[in-house]
Amino acid sequence: MDKGSVPQDDSPTYAGHHKLMYAVDEQGRYTGVQSSGWDVEAYATLLAVTEIDRLRDDAWHRARDGRTSPLEYHMYRKRMELATLAATTGHWRWRIRRHFHPQRFRKLSDAVLQCYADVMGMTVDELRRLPQRPDV
Amino acid sequence: MSESVGFAHRQSAHCESGVASSMLSHYGLPISEPMAFGLAAALTFAYIPFVKMAGMPLIAYRMPPGAIIKAMQKRLNVRMVRQRFRDPETGMRALDEQLAQGRIVGLQTCIYWLPYVPDSFRFHFNAHNLIVYGREGDDYLISDPIFETTTRCARDALLKARFAKGDLAAKGLMYYADPQANRVAHIDYATVIPQAVRANLRIMRKAPLPVIGVKGIRYLARRVMQLHRAPQAQISLYLTHIVRMQEEIGTGGAGFRFIYASFLQEAANLLDSPLLAEASRKMTDAGDEWRRFALHATKMSRGRQPLDLDALSVVLNRCADYEAHVWDLLKAV
Repeated sequence: MDKGSVPQDDSPTYAGHHKLMYAVDEQGRYTGVQSSGWDVEAYATLLAVTEIDRLRDDAWHRARDGRTSPLEYHMYRKRMELATLAATTGHWRWRIRRHFHPQRFRKLSDAVLQCYADVMGMTVDELRRLPQRPDV
Repeated sequence: MSESVGFAHRQSAHCESGVASSMLSHYGLPISEPMAFGLAAALTFAYIPFVKMAGMPLIAYRMPPGAIIKAMQKRLNVRMVRQRFRDPETGMRALDEQLAQGRIVGLQTCIYWLPYVPDSFRFHFNAHNLIVYGREGDDYLISDPIFETTTRCARDALLKARFAKGDLAAKGLMYYADPQANRVAHIDYATVIPQAVRANLRIMRKAPLPVIGVKGIRYLARRVMQLHRAPQAQISLYLTHIVRMQEEIGTGGAGFRFIYASFLQEAANLLDSPLLAEASRKMTDAGDEWRRFALHATKMSRGRQPLDLDALSVVLNRCADYEAHVWDLLKAV
């Protein structure tokens, strides 16, 4: 890639930061060049973020209607999915899936809830509750 | 408590090679980021369907986390102390002790818990490397190689980032140059460059699995062709997932291909080798082809170009052709 073709697209995903890229100058020498973003990459990033936000919103609606527990909503809100939550808590996936049942979730002991709260960086109280809006 | 250890922050494309380059340079062994990356033989390609990231197969363009730091020890004889901790508080105290003695310390962290990272790059990835070069009260002074400038991080957040659990969990890993060992004063490039290139050649051309190296790229090309049966939304997520792995988190562009080309060029100058210079140019061509893939894959996902999986597959195979050519050249090193 030529120095001149290093994209400078001011991508919102970079939040004003610049990344270092390696590109060749007019003499063919490699040099580090800062980039303010690339539309192509920003689209890919945003699509992934949108997808997990969609899952989060969907879980919020189901939790509100009593079809899942707040745990599923909080999992997506913290940008996790079942595999990540299983790996961080050390629980089996099927066990976590059971905890998505609203009734079972309500009966969980503080110790189990604390384990979830710890890996998600929140309090047990917050974990039990569903916020007013999904995007808080 | 304030530390002044005369540490100079430098921005890098990739966190681990950046930490390696900054640390070694700080200890009087100046080395560029591409040189650290290249000497570690860190370039690869791997398509690992059974390791999932957010439900998508792992696609790696470099060796697993930790490989670069380890290679600095092995190939350059730099002695490092590496410590992991069971108890977070012990781990934080150990960090404080090293800082109090004026040392800079490398840490492995989970990028999600670092508050200074822009929101769209915060996901649960446990192997982000950074340097702590001091402490002021509750704030740690951070040199995160992928950012332009130094920054700060509060103790609670840093503790959380160091001790996040899950895949590749850091367990508080910290590393620093062994104060007891003799400092390595120079690098014998004539020996280590050919060693490193040969090691990388083995990974790219001789891995016994069809999903690693140049064969792995062709494997990915076949997988892309087979997407025909999947629904459009799934195709978009899959294609942009490849693009993210290739471009998003500090690869220096084209999944580390440009960093490696830069290494080959630096090596060519040091050893006065036209062969390495030629390999560097060819690797740049490969990188350009990867960028073209990213461009078209994204356009097709966005519906700005008609979806043509066969064409994408052809581009990927061309990347494989270019890289095969580079490594064939490098057999003579």
